[in-house]
Amino acid sequence: MTEWLERHIPKMVLAPSFIAILVFVYGFIAWTAWVSLTRSRLLPKYEVEGLIQYERLFASPRFDTAMTNLFIFGTLFIVISMVLGLLIAILLDQKIRTEGVLRTIYLYPMALSMIVTGTAWKWIMNPGLGIEKMVRDWGFENFSFDWVIDPDMAIYAVVIAGVWQASGFVMALFLAGLRSVDGEIIKAAQVDGIPNWRIYSAIIIPSMAPIFLSAFIVLAHLAIKSFDLVIALTGGGPGYATDLPATYMYAMAFSRGDIGQAASSAMVMMAVVFAIIVPYLYSELRTKHD
Amino acid sequence: MKTSVFAAVSAVAITCAMPAVAEPQAEVLHWWTSGGEAKSVAVLQQEFADNGGTWTDMPVAGGGGDAAMTALRARVLSGNAPTAVQLKGPAIQEWYEEGVLADISAVAEAEGWADVLPASIAGHMMCEGTWCAAPVNVHRVDWIWANADVLEANGIAMPTTWDEFNAAADKLAAAGITPLAHGGQAWQDATVFEAVALGILGADGFKKAFVDLDMDTLKSDGMVAVFDQMRKMRGYVDDNFSGRDWNLATAMVMNGEAAFQIMGDWAKGEFLAAGKAPGEDFLCASVPGDGFLYNVDSFAMFNVDGDDKKAGQDLLSKLIVGQNFQKVFNLNKGSIPARVDVALDEFDSCAHLSAKDMNESSDNGSLLPSYAHGMALRGAQSGAITDVVTAHFNSDMSSADAVNMLADAVANSM
Repeated sequence: MTEWLERHIPKMVLAPSFIAILVFVYGFIAWTAWVSLTRSRLLPKYEVEGLIQYERLFASPRFDTAMTNLFIFGTLFIVISMVLGLLIAILLDQKIRTEGVLRTIYLYPMALSMIVTGTAWKWIMNPGLGIEKMVRDWGFENFSFDWVIDPDMAIYAVVIAGVWQASGFVMALFLAGLRSVDGEIIKAAQVDGIPNWRIYSAIIIPSMAPIFLSAFIVLAHLAIKSFDLVIALTGGGPGYATDLPATYMYAMAFSRGDIGQAASSAMVMMAVVFAIIVPYLYSELRTKHD
Repeated sequence: MKTSVFAAVSAVAITCAMPAVAEPQAEVLHWWTSGGEAKSVAVLQQEFADNGGTWTDMPVAGGGGDAAMTALRARVLSGNAPTAVQLKGPAIQEWYEEGVLADISAVAEAEGWADVLPASIAGHMMCEGTWCAAPVNVHRVDWIWANADVLEANGIAMPTTWDEFNAAADKLAAAGITPLAHGGQAWQDATVFEAVALGILGADGFKKAFVDLDMDTLKSDGMVAVFDQMRKMRGYVDDNFSGRDWNLATAMVMNGEAAFQIMGDWAKGEFLAAGKAPGEDFLCASVPGDGFLYNVDSFAMFNVDGDDKKAGQDLLSKLIVGQNFQKVFNLNKGSIPARVDVALDEFDSCAHLSAKDMNESSDNGSLLPSYAHGMALRGAQSGAITDVVTAHFNSDMSSADAVNMLADAVANSM
């Protein structure tokens, strides 16, 4: 009896969460895939009609804008956050006295929700209220910073707010990585008279490769599922210039009664996530086998 | 033996059914939660209770009804629909096609709705020949509001053509006043667009383009002219308009920062709440061109089980279209009654103008549904049009490109 229990208790304890994940994650992914093949409007329908929703999706200029925005936002958000995070981490790593305080200051934006970040930056970047007005009041009459109302630049305004929010978190990740590098190697390098920047670029950063990968994965999924930041900062506007796939999906599902379109755009979003996550999982699993 | 059992059972059934009829029940899903609106719903609630009914309130705030529609979807899918739901326009027929709406023709015919409602508004309340919804009010969308002092100081009269409007706007801009108060949200862009379209395309053209989705009209030169005028309107808006709420734009007109605003008659509520008098402090007029664009709120009745709930539905429908509720509710809400035989003595001059225009346009066939407020088209189509309108308004897209994009977007939304 005890032996039987020992063998089966782990399975029994895991079963509820396993079933919940099976149904509520993978079950609903399958359900969404099915609905995306139908002509569902207000309520889901289940007669499969083929790829009509995907044809409509890729013919829609608005979804085109959303995907382009995702690419611009995703790339800049990830690259700038990582570069800035690494830079701050290296500067904080110089054994300065107030490190604890500074670290907390940089990490704090992560404690805010994206809605708060978006709303605050909406005001900061509003030309009539924020930076532009302030600098003009100082006497620089020609100063202009109106990205948030310019359809061509608005997505970069979203990048600014996103980077502000996430770079502190990336800094914390990198700082932990920097600290984990073996001190003996660094000392040996210093004894050999190698300059500091060379120690970082040739020894420390290469040995932090796994941290880069983790930071990339965290930032990538933040970028792809970004929704609240855009809603609070620009509401998808001006026009639909800052729409992302997530806001497109929301508009179709909840404002327009076009559930088929929403489901197909959700599937495309999932495909983008898979394109990033699958190579990562593959490399993770492979290294374990070696 | 069998007959006596049957008789006994039916006797029990009848006695059970009797008290249920006496107590009408209604669960009402709506999104009227802000100050003035909540007060308006309370009027209906009180009247329902006075007639012996039990009202279960189910307000769902947020997203201009999006959240309420999500709640409704969940309730219908679980087979437990509310008694009555605030729905409007083609959404009523869309839900009817899902097979979930009830028939309230008995009440409608007993109360003679067909005689007191304008024909085109009554049309929205019917599903394949039966009545399935009850109208609450008529908002007019194609209003132009103006600051009386600003117009007087600059020697401008209320414009009656778009050329006059452009001339007035140029004069105001030269005087350093923002000609048009506007908020850069997609639905506000669409509101201005449909007002311009009604003026330039005329009532017939508007109906062909935005009710029938006639491709030739959507691609016509008239539509190019509409987008040309929209480009001009963009020039009359100040630089900070992005994302501004409509009531802040109304405040700009109130303060004299801006001269005009094109907005439905809910803007009147803002003026009145600030203690401004119609005709003295602010002016109301229909936008240049003939016609009347309406936005009618209504309650659709859903299929429910139980005689008490059906009785609640009948009572509710009767009260909603009743004279008293139509008057009190619309006084609170700033709109006008949907039925034409309500005495308008207590209403203001803008409401009188609205009622007069509604009757006239109903007679000559220019009483039209607003596309921007979801009265003319289903969500997917009106959304596709709004996407193009707002993309054009917020960029330097040419009118010809916009027209082509409009036709493509409409075709793709089917």
